[in-house]
Amino acid sequence: MCVGVPGKIVKIDKESQMAEVDFEGSTRVAGLHMVPEAKLGDYVIIHAGFAIRTLNEEEAKETLKLLEDLLEIPE
Amino acid sequence: MKYLSEFRDPVLAKKLTQSIKEISRRKTNLMEVCGTHTVAISKSGIRQVMPENITLLSGPGCPVCVTANSDLDKAIAIAKSGVIFTTFGDMLKVPSSYSSLGEEKTVGVDIRVVYSTLDALKIAEENPDRDVVFYAVGFETTAPTIAISLMEAERRGIKNYSIYCVHKIVPPAIRALLDLGELGLEGFICPGHVSAIIGSDPYQFITDEYQIPCVVAGFEPLDILQTIYMLVKQVEDGEAKVEIQYKRSVSPEGNKIAQEMMDKVFETADAEWRGIGIIPGSGLKVREDYSHFDAEKRFDVDVPPTKPDPPGCSCGEILRGIKFPYDCQLFGQACTPERPIGPCMVSSEGCCAAYYRYRRA
Repeated sequence: MCVGVPGKIVKIDKESQMAEVDFEGSTRVAGLHMVPEAKLGDYVIIHAGFAIRTLNEEEAKETLKLLEDLLEIPE
Repeated sequence: MKYLSEFRDPVLAKKLTQSIKEISRRKTNLMEVCGTHTVAISKSGIRQVMPENITLLSGPGCPVCVTANSDLDKAIAIAKSGVIFTTFGDMLKVPSSYSSLGEEKTVGVDIRVVYSTLDALKIAEENPDRDVVFYAVGFETTAPTIAISLMEAERRGIKNYSIYCVHKIVPPAIRALLDLGELGLEGFICPGHVSAIIGSDPYQFITDEYQIPCVVAGFEPLDILQTIYMLVKQVEDGEAKVEIQYKRSVSPEGNKIAQEMMDKVFETADAEWRGIGIIPGSGLKVREDYSHFDAEKRFDVDVPPTKPDPPGCSCGEILRGIKFPYDCQLFGQACTPERPIGPCMVSSEGCCAAYYRYRRA
């Protein structure tokens, strides 16, 4: 089962590549093996105990912008 | 929550639904190939607000559901051979030919549910005198997490850890479904997190060879509606291209590091899918370099003959998208989440379970 909720990295242990990821107050531990570039404050997508992607915040904003343009919603 | 509530805005969702209705003229059958999308579509009621000419079909996107009975029978045989057998929780209730991992657990077989492969590895470290096997079930999203566990076991010198691998990959299954020729499809809602790993490039053959539009979707209601809009637009414009709606997590090339990890540990092999049969090159098996972690090579177990699916169960046809759950005579009557007969009703992301849980009068 995929979880589409992005969490924020609040702590990184460099040696074990494990991070603490905050989901609005609840913390999960996740491996950063697949996203070694991830840093404190980044949003990540977690699957089965590992971060699989860092969330691209620019693209998130762009997608919402496209949607608003499509629906002709004034900014 | 950041990057979540924005994609759940009900006002925008309503407008987007209206826009889909306005541009959609042709008969449009779309298939989602991810169990989590099936659940999200059912939960949000998107199916019910689509115009009559748009039908949303569910594909073989639940890894638990597509695991063949014979693979499950073998898993249980390995579990009963005296090892500590670790698994993700959603495999427990799936019926095999004779029992289920959950039933075996209740009669004392040492089966433990883990949240991640690193938990299984930890159990192996804590029990150096026991063999610990992890049941590797899943698609490309989970496969790198299995690969990491084998690389970690190697690095830390953990010798009592192995995996029973029935992992599968999505693109060959899509090809197999299309080649069966049973489906009239106008578009694919491509999986979000499988694509976070593999990227959107591997779907190119669907547009090139079958001329069917593909859009990679996120999991929130607006993500899915926007994806449907993009697919309908392609259909109406007579186009077939691969697009990404879920750009905040998916790029055309995917996560290269994760792909390299998978490639280091696994090679592709033929695999059996429930309801579809053997699909060439659709499975992952452990490479020779890592074969000392392959439970199939490590444990020579007698597997009892596999029985066919229970009579009346339509999971096979449902996984191929040619039947809806409510077309099955057992659905909601003899087969419910409390007393499931087929795997599609067992798994939380199974198509039947999603339809049952979120059914609307």
